[in-house]
Amino acid sequence: MSTVTQDPPTKPRLSPRKRAQRMRWAQYLVLAIVAVVAISVADWGQIQKVFFRGDMIRETFAQGLPTAFKNTIIYTLGAFVLGLIWGTVLALMRLSSVAPYRWLATIYIEFFRGLPAIVVFIAFGLLPLAFPGLVIPFDPYGTVWIALGLVGAAYMAETIRAGIQAVPKGQVEAARSLGMPSGVATRKIVLPQAFRIITPPLTNELILLVKDSSLVYILGLSRTAFELTKYGRDIANTNANLTPLVIAGFCYLLITLPLSMVVRRMEARQKKER
Amino acid sequence: MALSSNATREVVISVDDLTKAFGQNEVLKGITTNIHRGEVVCVIGPSGSGKSTFLRCLNLLEQPTSGTVVVDGVEVTDPDCDIDKVRADMGMVFQQFNLFPHLSVLENCTVGQLMVRKRDKGDAEKRARTNLERVGLLDKEAAFPGQLSGGQQQRVAIARALSMEPKLMLFDEPTSALDPELVGDVLSVMRKLASEGMTMFVVTHEMAFAREVADRVIFMDGGYIVEEGHPDAVIGNPQHQRTKTFLQRVLDPTKVGQIGGEDEAYAERHAGEEGADGEGLPPTGLSTDTRHGGGGVAG
Repeated sequence: MSTVTQDPPTKPRLSPRKRAQRMRWAQYLVLAIVAVVAISVADWGQIQKVFFRGDMIRETFAQGLPTAFKNTIIYTLGAFVLGLIWGTVLALMRLSSVAPYRWLATIYIEFFRGLPAIVVFIAFGLLPLAFPGLVIPFDPYGTVWIALGLVGAAYMAETIRAGIQAVPKGQVEAARSLGMPSGVATRKIVLPQAFRIITPPLTNELILLVKDSSLVYILGLSRTAFELTKYGRDIANTNANLTPLVIAGFCYLLITLPLSMVVRRMEARQKKER
Repeated sequence: MALSSNATREVVISVDDLTKAFGQNEVLKGITTNIHRGEVVCVIGPSGSGKSTFLRCLNLLEQPTSGTVVVDGVEVTDPDCDIDKVRADMGMVFQQFNLFPHLSVLENCTVGQLMVRKRDKGDAEKRARTNLERVGLLDKEAAFPGQLSGGQQQRVAIARALSMEPKLMLFDEPTSALDPELVGDVLSVMRKLASEGMTMFVVTHEMAFAREVADRVIFMDGGYIVEEGHPDAVIGNPQHQRTKTFLQRVLDPTKVGQIGGEDEAYAERHAGEEGADGEGLPPTGLSTDTRHGGGGVAG
């Protein structure tokens, strides 16, 4: 059959804008269908009973949710501070003119970034086997801070190093030209600028630590030292109900969502300043 | 501003057979000269001639490969020399200003005093304000560098260096990064500084400034000092062919036959000089910054 190879001129083609509009409508339609199916198929009564049971909500709050919430924050902040200090040391070692310092820092960073954090925690739980009589201060907080801080430091070190290297060379030259010794120039001129540059990625690091603090359960802590996940899971297990975990989840979001928002705002501001 | 012979004046910087190589690339091939107290020395020359490297060797921002540099009786090329102490007495002004962006204008001028001179805060701020007034930017003390125009930033950089009360000042192409209309303000600050008797070593492309303010002009090319002497002699009546060629390119780029990339660069720079000098700023020239406004964005 021989037909015309060209589009018949009488049939007007859709303009790109019209086509985009139709695509949008199609996408809305798919969404609506999925929603309708989900709503009609799911057993909402059962879902509500498992995830949002009223008496379980009360129970979760009553058994000491504020303590668990507080513990999560204490674990995270302590680990963050420790990781920041140790990470800064590692970053400076990475940039050192003494080669063995660079090697050591690189090995450390690659080692701890390459391991699942959970392995580090398991090892920490068994640490007394290797060092009998080892006493970590502020137990149990000290143990958590160190375990979490050691891992966090490896990640933060790379961020901090990038920040230091992002400070223009002329800044050091200007500082040294004023007669500042190298250490003073680093402390007063380079690091403050580096940390300003890396505040957004460091805050992301903090968010990761908030979540990683849930691994603390490996250490086998006492009830008063439970953080959100362990706390929620304990109650969920004894009652065969997921409501406590849902509440724990909301608590995490309560911490992480505002932080994400702050990061986004900082990034937007840095973009504007540039 | 011709001054009496240098023989009677004290030598502040003595440079003897200075060389500097970056790997195989020999940038300075044996520089010997003296800078005297109160002298204004301008270094001119084509790009790549080694003039900035020469200046940066004086305060050891570049480590010389061989030769000696003696500043105020201290041999800075000696490994045992306390370079921080020498640097504190040598003000340095960079092409890219290099103000500390995380510190206010006032803090930029006090941080060196606090950390190096160990002055107390009140004293440091008083001196900083005195110097900010000298460059006409006392009203900007609370601003941050990012809020200032390039010309204002460079004047703050000068105030920052002056706040250390240095014995001499090094300027590394201080106006090359500025928009043409902002050059004049910086030059007039430098002119004033020279008239106050500051020892100045200036790498510059501003021929008119060199001719007017310098006591001595050094023309460098290919890592050597080709010619040096009174500005009227070096710029007005150059003896060497290379100096003549360079000056012709800089001062009268339209007459140069072949137009290469370099020539165009010179032409642009020269256009900047003309604009700046054409403004005819008063000798003080410091109260004029409002013209350029705080609205200017840093480069």
